[in-house]
Order: sequence, then structure tokens, then C-alpha cells
Amino acid sequence: MFDLIFIVPLLPLIAFTINGLFRNKLSKTVVQSLAVGSVGVSFVISVLLFVELIGLDPAARSITQVLFAWIPVGDLQLNIAYLLDPLSAVMILIVTGVGLLIHIYSIGYMAHDPDVKRFFCYMNLFMFAMLTLVLGDNLILLFIGWEGVGLCSYLLIGFWFEKKSAADAGKKAFIVNRIGDFGFLIGAFIIFWAAGTLQFNELRAVAPEMFVVGGSAITLATLFLFFGATGKSAQIPLYIWLPDAMEGPTPVSALIHAATMVTAGVYMIVRLNFLFVMAPDTMMVIAIVGCATAFIAATIGLAQNDIKRVLAYSTVSQLGYMMMACGVAAFTAGIFHLMTHAFFKALLFLGSGAVIHSMSNEQDMRKMGGLRKHIPITYKTMLVGTLAIAGFPLMSGFFSKDEILWKAFSSGQGHWALWLMGILTAGLTTFYMFRLVYLTFFGERRYDDHVAKHVHESPKSMTTPLIVLAALSVIGGLIGIPHALGGGAHFKKFLAPVMAAIPGETAHGGHHDMTMEYILMAIAISIFAAAWFLARYLYRMNIDKVTSLKASMAGIHKMLLNKYWVDEFYGAAIVRPIVNGSIFLWKIIDVLIIDGIANGLGYIARDMSQTFRRVQTGFVRGYMVAFLFGVVLIIGYLVVR
Amino acid sequence: MDNMILTIITFLPVLGVLAILLIPKEQVVSIRHTTLFFTLVTFVASLCLIFRFDPVATGMQFEVNIPWIEQFGIGYHLGIDSISLLLILLTTFLTAIATLSTFKAVEHSHRGFYISILLLETGMLGVFAALDLFMFYVFWEIMLVPMYFLIGIWGGTRRIYAAIKFVLFTMIGSLLMLVAILVIYFQYHGLNGEFTTDLIKLTGMPLARDMQMWLFAAFGLAFIIKVPMWPFHTWLPDAHVEAPTAGSVILAGVLLKMGVYGFLRFCLPMFPIATFEFIPIISILAVIGIIYGALVAMVQKDIKSLVAFSSVSHMGFIMLGMMTLNLQGMQGSILQMINHGISTGALFLLVGMIYERRHTRMISEYGGLASQMPVYSTFFMIVLLSSIGVPGTNGFVGEFLILLGAWKFNAVYAILAATGVVFAACYMLWMYQRVFYGKVTNPANQTLTDMSLREKIVLVPLIILIFWIGVYPKPLLNLLEPSVKAVMAQVEVGRAEYNAYHGIVESVASEIELSDAENVKPEGTE
Repeated sequence: MFDLIFIVPLLPLIAFTINGLFRNKLSKTVVQSLAVGSVGVSFVISVLLFVELIGLDPAARSITQVLFAWIPVGDLQLNIAYLLDPLSAVMILIVTGVGLLIHIYSIGYMAHDPDVKRFFCYMNLFMFAMLTLVLGDNLILLFIGWEGVGLCSYLLIGFWFEKKSAADAGKKAFIVNRIGDFGFLIGAFIIFWAAGTLQFNELRAVAPEMFVVGGSAITLATLFLFFGATGKSAQIPLYIWLPDAMEGPTPVSALIHAATMVTAGVYMIVRLNFLFVMAPDTMMVIAIVGCATAFIAATIGLAQNDIKRVLAYSTVSQLGYMMMACGVAAFTAGIFHLMTHAFFKALLFLGSGAVIHSMSNEQDMRKMGGLRKHIPITYKTMLVGTLAIAGFPLMSGFFSKDEILWKAFSSGQGHWALWLMGILTAGLTTFYMFRLVYLTFFGERRYDDHVAKHVHESPKSMTTPLIVLAALSVIGGLIGIPHALGGGAHFKKFLAPVMAAIPGETAHGGHHDMTMEYILMAIAISIFAAAWFLARYLYRMNIDKVTSLKASMAGIHKMLLNKYWVDEFYGAAIVRPIVNGSIFLWKIIDVLIIDGIANGLGYIARDMSQTFRRVQTGFVRGYMVAFLFGVVLIIGYLVVR
Repeated sequence: MDNMILTIITFLPVLGVLAILLIPKEQVVSIRHTTLFFTLVTFVASLCLIFRFDPVATGMQFEVNIPWIEQFGIGYHLGIDSISLLLILLTTFLTAIATLSTFKAVEHSHRGFYISILLLETGMLGVFAALDLFMFYVFWEIMLVPMYFLIGIWGGTRRIYAAIKFVLFTMIGSLLMLVAILVIYFQYHGLNGEFTTDLIKLTGMPLARDMQMWLFAAFGLAFIIKVPMWPFHTWLPDAHVEAPTAGSVILAGVLLKMGVYGFLRFCLPMFPIATFEFIPIISILAVIGIIYGALVAMVQKDIKSLVAFSSVSHMGFIMLGMMTLNLQGMQGSILQMINHGISTGALFLLVGMIYERRHTRMISEYGGLASQMPVYSTFFMIVLLSSIGVPGTNGFVGEFLILLGAWKFNAVYAILAATGVVFAACYMLWMYQRVFYGKVTNPANQTLTDMSLREKIVLVPLIILIFWIGVYPKPLLNLLEPSVKAVMAQVEVGRAEYNAYHGIVESVASEIELSDAENVKPEGTE
């Protein structure tokens, strides 16, 4: 069975190749069946692989399948090889499972787009890249997937490339991600020259010998890698591309910019957890950056009016939680939240897509309202997603977020301030999500009759994935119920073989005082209730008060609405100077100075040779002067040196 | 057979010239087909080299060495190692592709054009096969003539300026090289009482450090101009912009590589002490070139000069890789020479295709081509991805190895060079957006037709190579390894004397790495 690992990413690649080469000859149905079918079969194989893996002894749950040697140069021996272990098994289940649902949804959502074939090509290519990312057995193969998903993200954000904003957003996403990739590569270089390998299992084995805990090499390497992760996983300072990425079709936002690609940074850190735990300084940076990103993005989310933008900032914020989990060495909690988030955020995005679909492509929540009666399935499933992300007790998001908050408070790398910020963010999350629900589905209708005529529930191909994802959002947390609530923490046990022991800490005794955990949980639930109540009070009961509230906080509102002017700042502080500097280099240095000297010498040569010609005819003009010039240059160099 | 094959390959194009001379100049079609035939035959013949090449043997293969001008010790000496083998393959491959691409581009003096192409090919092949300094010099100079005509006769509006600039820049360098060759010649005579220009004999000749410095500088200047490295690069954008498509393809694809090849074959092995002395200055020029080329490329208005400046940046990577003197960096450097030939060659072909349709290369003239020419824009995207080194394409393997090697060599340079990768994405994607995305606003673009079958045939082999080298570069890397190690060993000879001169005591390698890593401040990483 494990011989089939490579089939999982290969199938979408084959479908992409066939559809890409022959899409003009194939009918839309064939293209769609190939695209969806390949992902479906990949999902089935992933499930079988998962079952097979569980059947093994926990210590033996790491299977490497080497396909062929890729870049062998001296000590550097990189293979095209796939690694199946508990972590990648969970990841391929999420990627193919959620991916399959979103592919099915796309059939309905993209039905009227003339370019639907191209859409499915890109989606399949994305699946291949994402599966390569999570299955790669070395850092550079992971990087193939890493940049591959970035490329597909670029292509899909700019899918409607005739729109300038879409093309701009795609380009921005690619370039910002490239800035992160720069850090990724540097991190990989440091690791290779220090440890002599980039293969994960080998690295894990040699890391304790090759690196000193807290040493400069490991700290720098992990910091650079984390910088790479801030690009892909949209953390401060590189989060700016993700909100703009909403220009892409909504299934893309759900698949790439919520459930899978953006979690790649988290995945990479967890994959290399044995390195990160050796760099406490880096861990602190990760925790702080994650926490700050979670909070700041949530505040921006409060003031956005575009339904997808609210969800986009929400995604940035939730990714911040996952990063914070990594920063406090709660890697399992990070992956747990990654999984539950994949369910409920995909659900919310697809739900918002169904809303947009029914509203004739309107995305402004101020022009919605009262939709719950017209699109009941969408409403109910989105409500489930909202409850899940807000942390309603016993929903999936409740368990995973609670686990992160508890670790932020209690773990060796944790701090009460992280927990405090985290719990405030949770309150903000609840507030903006219910704001979204109330604005969209409750109250008076605020759209015109023309739109009203077309309001309709989405087709089955779209609602079925919503229902499945809603179910997963409810029960997805059950596999990770903590001991404190009488659960078995199965998820943690399953992932345990991948996680490294934290240096300087004794093995997890586990018998901490649970009172504190219950107190924090109670606080979390109260804050959830309070934020829900506040959102209900403002946006359900007294919507007129919102306007006066906005007016009384005009300054803050403007700041949040404009996203703290970070884009403007980057434009003025980085982009503009670089462009102007480049023009200077071209016009002044290149054309004026270097060419000026070259042409000047040419003129001198011509004039001199004309002088010389009078003295001695037959002189090989130019040659001699050039020779002299060269000699002078060399003498000059040797003297000055 | 084995000692004849290099001669046959090198001079097959000349045979083609003779054949073309027999065809009346009005019969344009048969001139084209004859040229294509001879370039294809040359390509196939060079493919035979691969099969007969012994991948594990060290030293030169297919050698032929017969006295030519005996009283001066000049010999007809050809031979190749795997480095020259790959460059020869690149040359024959790109010449055939370029020839096929010109079928509609040339508008007058067809016979002269194709004769120039064929003579150029012989010149290039001779440079890569010559193992005699005199022969090398002759081929090096011969090449200039057809290239001068290609730019000066079939070029754009400022073709004369560009052609003269190209020749003058190159000449300045090659004259100094000629002087240096003469100096070596007499040095060898002084030491051994024998006159020779044979590279194998001259390599390893014990030269004093100061003498090596002078000679390295003289050779090096010629090669630096050819590469071209900053600040000697300004001839390149002009030459590219004015040259016809085939000229640009060969110029970028092959001619630039000769500078790098010159360093590998002559400067490094013959003057190892000076190599160590010059590494700091060349590597810093390389890094400047990487960033400078990328930045200036970003603000170009003409697609061709954008690609030309991107070449300055890419060639900086290649030179940086070579200066690392470690296996990863040098192998990456040589592989990247091939990659750059493929991707930049393809870019020039693509630019040529819309130029033939619209007779403009200004970015602002275009927009929305993706909906007008979907196949063309897909091809362009793939080549673009290769050019900016996206993993899975050939460009990544080369850049990755170069940067990996550069990190060991000098971490700061590696970081600076890696920013070039970011800028590459900026200038390419920005250009792509302005040319291909958006709506078709310019009415002149509404009648554009997508790629023809011939154009697809021109590009498909390049696309295949892009993915093949990206996914399975192992055969090439394995092939290169012995030759690269040989060059490294030849340079290593100079290290002891260099260290002695500067009073350097060799330290443990791992300590160097650590201190390297510590030199880098973590600022800007959050």
C-alpha cells in the first residue's frame, strides 16, 4: 500500500497535464470529471494510507518512498522522495478531503464562467503542489511545493486577469511570497552547511549533535525559516497580500487562502519542530509575532464591509493563533487548530461564496441583510461555521483554540500576556463573525429589487460541501478533546512521534493542576458570550446605534477601515524608493556615466587618431588607444590597491 | 573517428556556407532550408559526442593535436571536457533553433544573413573546442565579424551605433588578451626553451605571483567585458535591442557564456594564485551586477532591453557561482550557463514573435494579450518561470546551487544575491502583467494571431528542456562533476602560495562557517 504514496500528488498532476494540453478539445464535463475525479481518488488513497499507517506500531510510522535522485552534488544529495508519517498523513487528509469538497463546490460556483476549464487546470496544479509540499521528505522538495502553491495562488488570484485589481493582487501575492521565500532559502543554506543534510529524518537525527541549543547558527536558521513562513502564512510583516488575494474566485479563497496553502508556514515549522525547539529566542519571536498578528488582524476585521475581506482578516488572525501555538512549543495544538480551521474557514468562505452567488456578485455586507429566509441552508451552515470559529463550547474551534490558549498560558515558553492577547482576540473574533452573520442574514433587506429577483439557494453541488463541512466543523474537534474534559487527546498521541522533546524540560508529566485550566476555560466562554451579546445588541437589536457609535469613534474606525495604512507605508517606504532608485541607476549611472565614459573615450580615440593620422598614416586607430587605456586601468588598479 | 569528430562539427557550418554560395541569392527558401539542414546536421553530430563521451575519464577527450605553424609552436589542438561538451551542445542546439525562428524575420540580403549565422556557429564551436591559445584567439575574433554584420545590417534603427559599440568593447578586451598570450608565450620559452601556445602545456607552468596578476587581469578584462559584468555591461542592452531575434538568441545564449568559459578554461587553471587574489573583486562585481541588472531591468520600457538587463543579473549569478570555488557553486554556475541559454534564448524568441507581428517592443504598446493569444501567453509564462527560477524548472536548480555555494563562500554576498531572486519576480511579473493582463486597449492588438505551428516547433524543445533539467538534472550534474573537480584541483594549486603571501593560516572549516553565520545580523528577519 505504501508504494502508492506518490500516486496521491501525481494524480492531480496527470489531470492537470491532460486538461492543460487538450482543454480545447475536451468538453467541459470531461475536464471537470478528470479534475474532480483525480482529487477524489487521491482522497481515497490518502484515507487508505492513513488506515494503513494507524495499523503500524507508533514507532514505525514513518515511511519514505524514494522515487529518484534529484540534485546530487557533492555532500548535497537531494532526492525526489515522499515521507509519510503521522503529520503528513493528517495533512494529506485535510488537503485532499477539503480539496475534494471545494472542487465539487466549484462545479456549481464556476458553472457560468467561460474559462472554467482553465480554472480546474490551475486547481489541479495547486493540489499537486500542495501535496508535494506536505509529502516532501526534504526541505528543498518541500520548497518545490512551497513555490508551486505560490505560483498557483498567483494564477488563481489573477484568474480574472482582465480586471486590473485582480492582476495587481496576484502579482502582489507572488512578490510578497518571494520575499518570504528568500528567508526560507537562507534558512535552508545555514542548515545545510551546519548539518550536512536537508532530509527531515536525517536532520532530526543529527540536529542534537550539530547544533547547540540557543546557538547562533540554529537561531539564525530558524529565524530565516520563520521569515519564510510569515510570507506564506500571512504573518506580520508580510500578511498584506492575503486580504488582496480575495480578488480570486471564492473557491480559491476557501481552498488556498484559508484551508491549505496559507497553513504551509505552520506546517513547515511543525515539520521542523525539532530544530525550532533548539532555538528559544526564535520561539519567543514566533509567539509574539503570531500573537500580534492574531490581534491586529482581528481589529481590522471589525471594520471591513466586504464579506470576504472580513473572512480574510479572520484567516490572518487565526493563522496568528497557529503561529502562537508553535511559538509556545504547542505544535500539536497548532496542527489541531490548522485542521479545525480548515473545516470551518473553508465552510465560511464557501458559504460567503454562496451568499455572493445568490446576491448577483455583491460582496458588500451593507447591501445585504435578511437573507436567512431566502437561503436557509447557507445560513444554517454559516452559523455553524461562525459558532465553530468563535469557540462555542464543544464545537471544533472551541477545543483547538482552547488548547492553544491554555498552552500559551501554561507552557514553558508561554506567558500570561500571550494568553491575555489571545483571549481578547477570541472576543474580537466572536464579535466580527456575529457582526457578519447579523449584517448578512438578519435585519431588513438592503438590496434593490433587481438583485432580489435573483436571490436563490445554491445548487446541490454547492450546498452538499457546505453541509459536510458544517458537520466536520461540529465534530472535528472530538478527536482532540483534552484530558481535562475527559477526552483521550487522541490527536496529540497520534502526532507524538513527530514531535521532539523540548530541551531542558522533562518529559511531559501531564499531571498538572487542572483547576487553572477550568478557570481559563470559563473565562473564554464568558468572553465568547459577552462578545456575542454585544454583536447581537448592536447589529441585531439596535442597528441604528452603529452609526452613532462609528461617529463617536471616527478616528479609530477610519484607522481600522484603512488597515492601519500599512500598504501605504510599504508603498512609500519600500516600493517607491526602489523604483526611483532603479530609474536613477538606469538614467544616471548607466546612460550618463558609464556610457558617457565609453562614448567619450570613443570620441577621444577618433580625435586622437585623426591627429595621429596626420603624423603617420596607416595607424591602426582605436586599437592602440584601447590598449593604452587598458594598461592604464590595470596600473591604476595595482597602484590604488 | 574520435579524433576527427570535433573538426567535423566545428567546420560543418563552413561547409554549409559553401553550399549556400552555390545557391542563387534569389532562391530564398532553399537558402533557408540549406542553412537549417546544416545547423541540424551539426546538432546531430554534436549529439554523437554525448554517446561517445566517457563520463568518468578525467582530462580532455576527442583530442586532436597536430602541428600547424611549427616554427611558432602553434598547434591545431582541439579537445573537450564535459564543460565544453555541454556548451557545444548548447551552441548547436540554439543555432538550429535560432535559424528556424528567422524564416519570417529576415527581410533583405538573405544569403548574407544565413552565411553570417553559419560562420558565427563555427566561431563559437571553435572557441569551446580549442585547446591552443592561438586557435582560441583566432576563433574568438572571427566570431566578432559575423556578429557585427548581424547587428549592423539586419538590426534595428540604431544598429550602427550598437554594432560599433559591441565591437569596440570586445576589441578593447581581446587586444589585452592578445598581449597576455604573447607574454605567456615568451615566458614559457624562457622557462622551457620551447615555443608553444598549447593550453595543456601552458597550464601548470610555474608563474610568479605578480606575473600571474598581470596576466589574469589582461585575460580577465576580455572575459569580463564579454560576460558582461558591471560596469562593462552597457554594450549589451544596445546590442540586444538592435540585433535581430536570431542574433539576440545566439548573443545571449552562447556568446555571453564565452566570457565565463574563458575564466574556467584559462584564467583559473593558468593563474591559480591570481585567481585567489581576484576573487574578492570579481565576486563583488558579480553581486553588484545581480542587483543592478535586476533593478534596472525593472524600469525598462522596451521588453528586449528588459531581458538584456535581466541577463546582466543572471550572468552575475553565474560568475558568483564560479568564484565560490566549491562544488555546489561551480556546478550550479555551469548548469546555469546552460539554463540561461535556454530561458533567455526562449525569451528573445518570444519577444521576436510579437515583434514580427507588431514591429514594436514597447511594453506600453501591449496589454491584454492573454485573452488574444492564449497559447503564446502560456509559453511566455513557462519561460518566465524558468527565468525567475521557480522550483520545478531548470532555473531553480542552477540558482539554488549557486546560492548554496555562495553561502559557504560568503554569507553576506549570498544574502545580497538572493535579493536578486526577489527582484527578478518583480520585473518579470510586472512586465507580464502590463503585456498580457488587463483588457486589449490598443486596437492594433485586436488582430494579433496566436502562435503558428513553426513557432511552436521552435519553442517546444526549449520548454521540454526547461522541465527536464528542472526535474531531473542528475545526468548533467553527474556529467559535470569530474570536469569541475579538475578545475577546482587546478586552482587549488595556488592556494598555498596565496596563503603564504598573505600570512594566512588555514583554519578548521567548521569554524569559518560559524563565524560566517555570526556575521549576519538577524535584523530584518521578523
